[in-house]
Amino acid sequence: MARTNEFRDKKVIGALLARIAENKRSLPSPCRIMEVCGTHTMTVHRYGLQSMLEKAGIEMVSGPGCPVCITPGEVHEAAIRLVTENENVILATFGDMTRVPTHLGSLQNAVPAKGSAVKIVYSPEESLDLARQKRNKEIIFFGVGFETTIPSIAVMAKAAAGEELSNYSILSALWLIPPPLRAILESGEVKLSGFLYPGHVSAIIGQEPYAFVAREFGFPGVIAGFEPGDILLGIISILDQIREGRPRVANEYTRVVRPEGNPVAQALMREVLEPKDACWRGLGVIPGSGLKFKAEYSAYDAEVKHDLRITARGIDLPGCRCGEVLRGILPPSRCPLFAKKCTPESPCGPCMVSFEGACLVHYKYRGPKS
Amino acid sequence: MCLAIPSMVIEIDEVHRTGKIDYLGTKVKTNFALLDDVRIGDWVIVHAGFAISRLDEEDAQETLDLLREIAEKS
Repeated sequence: MARTNEFRDKKVIGALLARIAENKRSLPSPCRIMEVCGTHTMTVHRYGLQSMLEKAGIEMVSGPGCPVCITPGEVHEAAIRLVTENENVILATFGDMTRVPTHLGSLQNAVPAKGSAVKIVYSPEESLDLARQKRNKEIIFFGVGFETTIPSIAVMAKAAAGEELSNYSILSALWLIPPPLRAILESGEVKLSGFLYPGHVSAIIGQEPYAFVAREFGFPGVIAGFEPGDILLGIISILDQIREGRPRVANEYTRVVRPEGNPVAQALMREVLEPKDACWRGLGVIPGSGLKFKAEYSAYDAEVKHDLRITARGIDLPGCRCGEVLRGILPPSRCPLFAKKCTPESPCGPCMVSFEGACLVHYKYRGPKS
Repeated sequence: MCLAIPSMVIEIDEVHRTGKIDYLGTKVKTNFALLDDVRIGDWVIVHAGFAISRLDEEDAQETLDLLREIAEKS
């Protein structure tokens, strides 16, 4: 059932591209589509779809779909302070998070206080295991993610509460995908023809949360999977929607995404977390775009437990223009630092750190001269 | 963090709602708390150690048929 090869078949991809070129001819140019998800950005570049689509008259633009990237520097700095200013703290987080540069350096280069350490985990569950095993240490999970990751973090908070683990808390940077789409459309900074909605965020939230894009703004959109065939099918759907003058939320990833999403995951999120206004790197404060722990879970909220007062502004380090890349108004290669001062070995901003960051993806698959 | 490739469920501990998946030949520990009624042999999408969705074989087949149809028409 994995059968991923069939979604990458050369003949199929060629036929899909030909269909796209044909359908595009009858439409007014340009046709600019934002891939909201960083994993889509990866597929688009890894398989060379970007340049093939350009020939067909379709421009792909990366959006704010990298959680590591859109988390403001002040939140990363709070994590660094936790591990450098407090003894016996283990700060557990995903690998990419340790390399994000801030005014205080990065977690990777931070010098932890006595008995403290930074630990890279693959799953939130590993952080909870650490708390169970190391009762003499305070385990803080620096959890970042969109709706795809958020339910698992809710499960961790519930489990910690159930086991009354007093040495565990979560520094959360939890982001919701629909609100920044509204912010991007309202700002009008980037002229778009449609959105490729993230497949796995949609597996959790379903189709309805995107309905406003078509209803209020008249923009087409499609939920797409992550194989080249999935993305090209999605683009055909967007072109169809434009031609028919019937914008909607199409779903070309029905094998994974149900219209209603994942009700179990949604219920867990509602039980443990509540919406808050959140500040995104580059986009600033967006109403209702983040989640925080409800009062009954505050014992596991690192911001409350460790009295962190984070005032995020979402501004880049001097010279770094990740914020503009995340808004879709600056292609990575036009950033003056790209591939010069800013490289994967020595990143100046998060978009060159995260494996789904637009700058790293451009560098890796299109080369430093892209 | 997204393992976009479907994986098969090969072990389940029903009490803890955890188990293992086969991800391209590697056994990976997985949490099933986000899905009801997971069974051995199910194909799932796993994200950061959690199964987030079950694959629907009929829908997968429909999409593949559509791809083939487009390829044959060209």
